[in-house]
Amino acid sequence: MAVSRSMTSWLYISPLMLVLVPFFVLPILVVLVASVFETDGFGGLIPTFTLANYGTVLTSGLTYNLYFETVKFTILTWFFTLLLGFFVAYFLVFHVRNPLLAIGLFLICTVPFWTSNIIRMISWIPLLGKEGLINSALLHLGLIREPLEFLLYSGFAVVVAYVHQLTIFMIVPIFNSMARIDKRVVEAAIDAGASRFDIMRLIIVPLSKSGIALGSIFVASIVMGDFFVTKVMSGGGSASVVGAFYEDISVLQYPGAAASAIILTVILLVMVSLILRSVDIRKEITQ
Amino acid sequence: MSAVPQSVAVAEARVTKHAIAPSRGSRPWTFYVLAGLFTFYVIALYGPMICIYILSFQDVRGGLVFPMKGLSLHWFVDLFTQVRTGDVKGAFDRSIKLAIVVTVITVVVSFMSAMAFRRRFPGDNIVFALMIGSLVAPGLVLGIGVGLLFNAIGIETSPYTSALGAQLSWTLPFGVLVMFAVMSRFNPAWEEAARDLGASTWQTIRLVILPVLAPGLVAVALFGFTLSYDEFARTLQTAGPQNTLPLEIWSMTLNVTSPSLYALGTVTTIISFLIIGAALGTIVFIQKRRGAGAS
Repeated sequence: MAVSRSMTSWLYISPLMLVLVPFFVLPILVVLVASVFETDGFGGLIPTFTLANYGTVLTSGLTYNLYFETVKFTILTWFFTLLLGFFVAYFLVFHVRNPLLAIGLFLICTVPFWTSNIIRMISWIPLLGKEGLINSALLHLGLIREPLEFLLYSGFAVVVAYVHQLTIFMIVPIFNSMARIDKRVVEAAIDAGASRFDIMRLIIVPLSKSGIALGSIFVASIVMGDFFVTKVMSGGGSASVVGAFYEDISVLQYPGAAASAIILTVILLVMVSLILRSVDIRKEITQ
Repeated sequence: MSAVPQSVAVAEARVTKHAIAPSRGSRPWTFYVLAGLFTFYVIALYGPMICIYILSFQDVRGGLVFPMKGLSLHWFVDLFTQVRTGDVKGAFDRSIKLAIVVTVITVVVSFMSAMAFRRRFPGDNIVFALMIGSLVAPGLVLGIGVGLLFNAIGIETSPYTSALGAQLSWTLPFGVLVMFAVMSRFNPAWEEAARDLGASTWQTIRLVILPVLAPGLVAVALFGFTLSYDEFARTLQTAGPQNTLPLEIWSMTLNVTSPSLYALGTVTTIISFLIIGAALGTIVFIQKRRGAGAS
């Protein structure tokens, strides 16, 4: 019985594995193999084992700059999406009294998720540009004399575009875990004399932990794996790890690029497994 | 914690009801602060997008910023007729067809996987870890890996082989996670009842599980479609010689500095809204029919 049961489970799971093995496991292995090969300089790979590619990547000052920039944007984006996402979800779950209205407002937050990310990023250009809406409004009001240059094609614009795209990844899981908090627990805490801050600290935050963890995984992995927003919104002023990877690939420097990609992937996996160690997401979602 | 003080507290609560979000009476100051924050978020979310939709309706003098110059459909015509903007029509066509294939596979496979994950089975943690890994792996790296793999085997990359697989490695983990959330609201007793009444496994799935989960499956379909329709990093190196829509938009952002770009934004958003509308409409239809059947 037990054997046939696990057979059935594997039968159900086999289509998923048929996608994950050839399109996740094997490609990563191919990149791993490429990272220990030598290049002939013309895009060809010479199959000899070498760790020189890792040596080159790890000893280059450029690498540390790239990682510094990428980690900086990841942390800033994570911080602002978490702040916004947490309080937006909190507002919808605990402050909006009409449940139908709460669902409606929630849907309003999610609609842009289903539209093109690139278009949403570009849409900041007419606002933040030198002659954009924000600058002309500020000039008009006499608050500034010269257009603010830092608004577009800067680190600021990169963070704005990321937060705009990714806050939804925080709102949805946090909303989901907050909605499951039994309101009677909160009421009981109030009646037992807890302050609002205590309730936040001792009830809401711990019980939203799985949502926060899931949201953080999404935001951090997307920002660290992205190059497009940094490239366009910084106007070429900032680089990213994956951006450099892409440049290397376009000049056929496969082994170096692969080594850098493997390092990034390992960092991401370690980060995600650390987060997953603190919360059992699978259990949290399924129960 | 003993039970006595708690029951006292509950009794008191009936008398002086002042919860964090009281169901009636005056609202705490935090309500107004958070309502302000929420409004700010929604404006920041929609404001910029609305700006580019408006700017896409300028006439031939139009530029990339306000003020608005004239009112016409010039840039929409430009978008679909000019050579310099690339093959937008073909890109739409390819992206939508690919997204439909991805959607169908995502719904079926996510459903099957969620069925498997309801029970523990040998190796389930490995499958789950692979799924999360596939979700968080940098898309471009994975795309290049797929490209190199196809190259090594000697197959040309093309939309319905390499790009399809690369996109599924992104839409499936999403779909399964959504199915987890959907399944958590499914009561296993219904399934047991069906079995007790003599239903076969297939009958149980077809007559009990699928109808109950139908709205959730529509949500998975919506995920599958949009994630594929908008997928960029994984498709870049796997789509073969012809561009999908996001790749087309990408090359336009680097080459085109006219409101054509905004016109493309407007058109693709209209398509997205049609898809969302269709999905929501289907869910409402299912719920209505279910309500009618129950009464």
